[in-house]
Formats: sequence, structure tokens, C-alpha cells
Amino acid sequence: MDYVKAFIIGGIICVIGQILIDKTKLMSGRILVLFVVLGAVLHGMGLYEPLVKFGGAGATVPLPGFGYSLAKGAIEEVDKIGLKGAFTGGLKATSAGITAAVLFAFIAALIFNSKAKE
Amino acid sequence: MAKHIGKQSIKFDLPPSIISAASTVGSKEGKGPLGTYFDVVLQDPLWGEDSWEKAESKLVQKTIERVIQKANLTPEDIQYIFAGDLLNQLTASTFGLRSFDIPFFGLFGACSTMGESMALGAMTIDGGFANYVVAEASSHFCGSEKQFRFPLELGTQRPLTASWTVTGSGAVILGKNGPGPYITYITPGKIIDLGIKDPMNMGAAMAPAAADTIINHFQDTGRTPKDYDLIITGDLGSVGKELALELVKKSGYDIESIFSDCGVEIFDAATQDTHAGGSGCGCSAVTFAGYLYKEMQNNKWSRILFIPTGALMSPGSTQQGESIPSIAHAVAIENKWA
Repeated sequence: MDYVKAFIIGGIICVIGQILIDKTKLMSGRILVLFVVLGAVLHGMGLYEPLVKFGGAGATVPLPGFGYSLAKGAIEEVDKIGLKGAFTGGLKATSAGITAAVLFAFIAALIFNSKAKE
Repeated sequence: MAKHIGKQSIKFDLPPSIISAASTVGSKEGKGPLGTYFDVVLQDPLWGEDSWEKAESKLVQKTIERVIQKANLTPEDIQYIFAGDLLNQLTASTFGLRSFDIPFFGLFGACSTMGESMALGAMTIDGGFANYVVAEASSHFCGSEKQFRFPLELGTQRPLTASWTVTGSGAVILGKNGPGPYITYITPGKIIDLGIKDPMNMGAAMAPAAADTIINHFQDTGRTPKDYDLIITGDLGSVGKELALELVKKSGYDIESIFSDCGVEIFDAATQDTHAGGSGCGCSAVTFAGYLYKEMQNNKWSRILFIPTGALMSPGSTQQGESIPSIAHAVAIENKWA
């Protein structure tokens, strides 16, 4: 059942992205930033947590999930150490993901070369 | 001496002859409907080099070597090269031609470059400034994606209006004397910008420029669509082609039965997933040097109007939200001239 829930939430997020690609002139980079910011804003308003509770990885893995983690980390850190936490908390909470992204991208760049599309 | 006629056209008194043509294309172009017309079809898009840019330079170099060879000339016989591409500072052309000992004019007309190089080459010959010149243009799918759209690694989805940059180089040699086909008229285009901003729909941006050049060509020369066997634009693609047709029709010229587009001809949209069609400097260049030139020699057509079309934006102008200024240069090519 967890898989079905994750599929539903993750799928809805991706469908929204696909509709934006197909129906608007937004370039992929803008959609990417929009989704991350949206995730952070929704969490700030308390609206993203229910999605995570329901959909699990379906809500945390897509782009808004990264915004959610940034906002959540910042809020938690503010509770612990005060206002300074707003600056440190976001990256602290997402550091594993960011480091993994940099490391794996680096490894992929070493091993693979870009190829022409067919 | 050549005459300037009407608003923006030139009629050559001694039409230069296109004495040879050569084309090199990538494997996708080789698998397309025109595949058998090209001289060399590459299987490796890098052509043994370690970057897309170097591969495109090699395309330029090898194609020009071949076109000179095909004309039974040596590089010493060529007085000028007119060439261009889509990379920053024309690196494909300049790096590809640095080993040649031939004076060089680098041209940027975006995808209209083949029309520009043929027009300027023809003027140079008719003006008596040279006996032989090379006109060339090139593009490379991977280099162009990287420069103008998105890095290949990003795997971005392409909308249906987007075109597919042709990997290829097409070159011709223009000579003072020869058996033809001849360049008899040119109508260099004006920059037209109707405010289209979507770089994924360049056909729509370029269509008004193509239509403007075609209409002015008819008005300046007094010719009508009946005078041509084929009117073929560079890379409007399926979307832009229909728009251009409509715009030309509004001015009272019906070209529908003889109108085509190199971008539509070069790929099979149904099986090759190229969406709107081929684009890039190489699109019109290889279609002319491969398909059109050979079929004119076979007398399939005896008089054509070749109109490479270019979208003159830069990656920076797109990011800053600018619209896409466009241009189209018409070159009339005929098997006989009187």
C-alpha cells in the first residue's frame, strides 16, 4: 500500500511538471526552481507535511521534497539555536543529499561521455 | 557588371557557375530520405575527435577538401572562402580552415549562412574579384544543443515545435565559367522580428522573414511562382513552412505546389522523431550540396529558388527574454541562362 500511495503523490507531482512543460513556455530550469521553492513555501504553510506522511518517498524524492527538507531543516534549527539556524539548518538537513549529488555526478562525469541523441 | 534591381535584389550579368558540391553528414541524416545523396555519412558523431567542436571543424575541413578535389582544382586555385557555422566566434569554420592557405571571410547568418555565403561568393565572382571561391556552412547537433538549448546530459524533453539541428557540412565551388547550374539572381534578406520569443519554435519566428524575401524577390525581379520548378526554404520545418506559405499567399503569390523546405525534406518526421524538422546551417547546406545540386544536374528541376533561413538569436538574448530576429537570403539557381 505504501508503494501505491508513493506512486500517487509522486505521480501527481510529475504530472504537474509535465503539464507545465507541454502547456507553458517555461524552460526546464525554471520549473526546477519553481518546484523547489514551492516545496519550501508549502512546508512553511504546513501543507507539505501531510503529503509526506501520506506518500512517503513519493513526496520527498521529487523536487518539491528538496524544498520541503530545506524549509524543515531551517525551522528545526531555529527552534534549537535561534535565528542563526535559518541560515544553517536548511543545508545541514540536506547535506547528505547535496554531497551525494556532487559525488555521484563527479563519478559519472569521470566514467561516461555525453552521446548524441538518436 | 551585376545590376541592383528593385528594392533589394541583384541580377548577375555573368552568372557564376556552381562547378562542384560536396556534403558530409551525420548518421541520422544518412538514414533520412536524402541519405543516398550525401558524399560521406559519418557513423561516429565525434569522428574520432574528443569534442563536438573539433568534430565540426573536421567536417568543415574535410568537406572543403573534397569539394576542391571534386572540381579537379587545388587549394591554390581558390581565391576566397566564405563560410560560417553556429558555434561561438565561428570556431568550427576558423579552426577547421586554419590549415588552408586561402583568404577567409567568416559569416554569421545563423542557419541562413549557406545563402549568405553563396550570395557573397557569387557577387565576388561576377564582380571580377575572383575566378573560384568556396561557399560553405556547417552545424553539429551536439554542439548546437550545448550552445543554444540544453546540455545533452540533461536529457530535456523537446516540444513538437522544436527542430533538430543537422550534423553536416555542405560546400560548393563557384566559378567564373562552367557548365552550370548558375546563380542568376540573389535577394538578400532583411532582419524581420515579429516578436516570437520561443527558441523551441524557430520555424514560426523565421517564417515572416522567408515570406518577406520571397515576396520581395518576385517584386524586384518581375518573376512569378510559374518561373520556378521549386522554391525551397532552409529550415522552417513543418510548422514554419505552413506559416510562410500563408504569408506569401496573402501577397497574391501562390507557391503551394512548388514549395518545400530543406528541414522537412532531410528527415522522415514519422520515423525519425525529429518533430518539426531539421535545422542549423548544415540543414540547407547539405540539402543543397547533396540533393538539390545533384537533382538539378539530373534535370529534375531546371530553375529553383533556394532560401536558407536563419534565427539570429544568441543564448544570452534568449535568457534575457528577447524575441528572435530572423533573416532569409534567396538565391536563384538555373541550369541555363540567356
